[in-house]
Amino acid sequence: MKSTPTPAFDPVLDSTPHPNSDIGTSRDAIGLGQVVGEGLNTLHGTILSLEHISVSFDGFKALNDLHLYIGVGELRCIIGPNGAGKTTLMDVITGKTRPSHGTAWFGETLDLTKMSEVQIAQAGIGRKFQKPTVFEALSVFENLELAQKTDKSVWASLRAKLNGEQRDRIDEVLETIRLTSSMSRPAGLLSHGQKQFLEIGMLLVQDPQLLLLDEPVAGMTDAETEFTAELFKSLAGKHSLMVVEHDMGFVGTIADHVTVLHQGSVLAEGSLEEVQADERVIEVYLGR
Amino acid sequence: MNQPLMVTAAQRAGTKVTICVGVVILAVLIALPLMSLLPESNSLQVSAYTLTLVGKILCYAIVALALDLVWGYAGLLSLGHGLFFALGGYAMGMYLMREASGDSLPAFMTFLSWTELPWYWVGTEHFLWAMCLVVLAPGLLALVFGFFAFRSRIKGVYFSIMTQALTFAGMLLFFRNETGFGGNNGFTNFRSILGFSITSQGTRAVLFLLTVVLLVGSLFVGWRLARSKFGRVLTAVRDAENRLMFCGYDPRGFKLFVWVLSAVLCGLAGALYVPQVGIINPSEMSPTNSIEAAVWVALGGRGTLIGPLLGAGLVNGMKSWFTVAFPEYWLFFLGALFIVVTLYLPKGVIGLIKKRGEQ
Repeated sequence: MKSTPTPAFDPVLDSTPHPNSDIGTSRDAIGLGQVVGEGLNTLHGTILSLEHISVSFDGFKALNDLHLYIGVGELRCIIGPNGAGKTTLMDVITGKTRPSHGTAWFGETLDLTKMSEVQIAQAGIGRKFQKPTVFEALSVFENLELAQKTDKSVWASLRAKLNGEQRDRIDEVLETIRLTSSMSRPAGLLSHGQKQFLEIGMLLVQDPQLLLLDEPVAGMTDAETEFTAELFKSLAGKHSLMVVEHDMGFVGTIADHVTVLHQGSVLAEGSLEEVQADERVIEVYLGR
Repeated sequence: MNQPLMVTAAQRAGTKVTICVGVVILAVLIALPLMSLLPESNSLQVSAYTLTLVGKILCYAIVALALDLVWGYAGLLSLGHGLFFALGGYAMGMYLMREASGDSLPAFMTFLSWTELPWYWVGTEHFLWAMCLVVLAPGLLALVFGFFAFRSRIKGVYFSIMTQALTFAGMLLFFRNETGFGGNNGFTNFRSILGFSITSQGTRAVLFLLTVVLLVGSLFVGWRLARSKFGRVLTAVRDAENRLMFCGYDPRGFKLFVWVLSAVLCGLAGALYVPQVGIINPSEMSPTNSIEAAVWVALGGRGTLIGPLLGAGLVNGMKSWFTVAFPEYWLFFLGALFIVVTLYLPKGVIGLIKKRGEQ
């Protein structure tokens, strides 16, 4: 699956583009009409490769020899009973938790286990938390302004001014997440569902290559859930998505590929019908 | 943008009133030193005592503003800002002591029968080098402390306790005669600054005006910061630091920048405080002083620029009256004030005024 890794380059320091030299192959490999962003080598069509990942907290194995590959432009759903290690998996990918074992590659060249949370975020992995986390004292517009993809150093922030293009992009995203009419309200005053959308909007303006979404439709109405499903489906292809969700109906609507986690490792993988028919999955997950 | 017109109108009126009040206060602050130059027979003459008292309160107001930048905006409660203030004051004091002693050693060193200046006193007879020290001493200390504290992700109450310990350690160090800063007596008996007598009315008036300039300057810097994207990132650090990191910002740099800026402002305030008040000693570093500064900010309203200035003015105004009228009860009153503000005025006096304005 994986070739010998070339040394990791720092995407922050190294701004010269590294165009994917073999986009055609990767497109064929995964069968989706995706576009790969600059600076990320996805020669083999995988944007994320986790191998032999183990994490233990005081002897408890939250993740146990986990293997997971996510293709470029793929929309992957991760399901599993409580305590299966779904959130820990996201923590490992975003650098919040260091695995005690194993390798985590973003593209072919970036070793996530050696990068800080900030570096990982700048390299192009965005994350939505389980509990919606927005900057409550700032307005909806300002939340998006901060999240927007741009130079995020101290000096740049001191002099930063939004240009027309950036403003248009924020307006566009406000429209998409249906918060245009609340753009100057403090984010703390939004409803739970609106905060969820705002956080998704923040991911959109951040323009990451890989989006990690932890229970994105929790607390949403049916209409909102349906709308989110549409939104995610439209994102897949342009971005790669990894969605952790309990809502089976939602998973059924969006996923072309489902991974079932159990006790820290992958139990089954395939389409939703396939995993639902799997005896072991029925045993541990559906509780029969 | 989508607020009802009434609210916007009220806000605009509020801004106008604020600007008017600000201009009046500024005019009074500029008039005060000029009025102090009038002959004593004139009924409008302002006494040296009043001028010094107001000048002192203005220095405290700068400290309050500096503390608010780190506490109100970035959410880092420092209980050690008195240390930065005192370091700036000591740097200025070194120059004043050298100016007072001329070619010989400062008086306290002769008492200790020292024969030569310690190395860190070298060059302090030059005003410009002393001014560099005013900025460098608090700035470098803040840089080193902040670098390690923010790298280790020390936050909240742990950060407060460490800053408190830092200022306490500073006080103990400066209390020692061997440290070379005059022990518990500190520096006093200043004579002149740049050749001008330090007690003359003219010098006092100029020092007062410089304090006003520094205050207005700090206010401008604070205003620019608060309105910039940098200010919004600080607010984000305060409210959801984790989210900010996953947005791709490194909070350490932002915290360090505002932390050092705040320390330097405190140092400058201390440097203007010392020649006006005429003494600097280690009690300026005592933890209670730094805690008092936090009370000013909380009372005035943190996270606003005017609030801390109001708080510093109110508390110190009350203090100078209280300590004359009921000297024993001041600290009880201060404690009660802090409790009342925390319980009933979470947004401080400014919050109260804004609420009235909206009604």
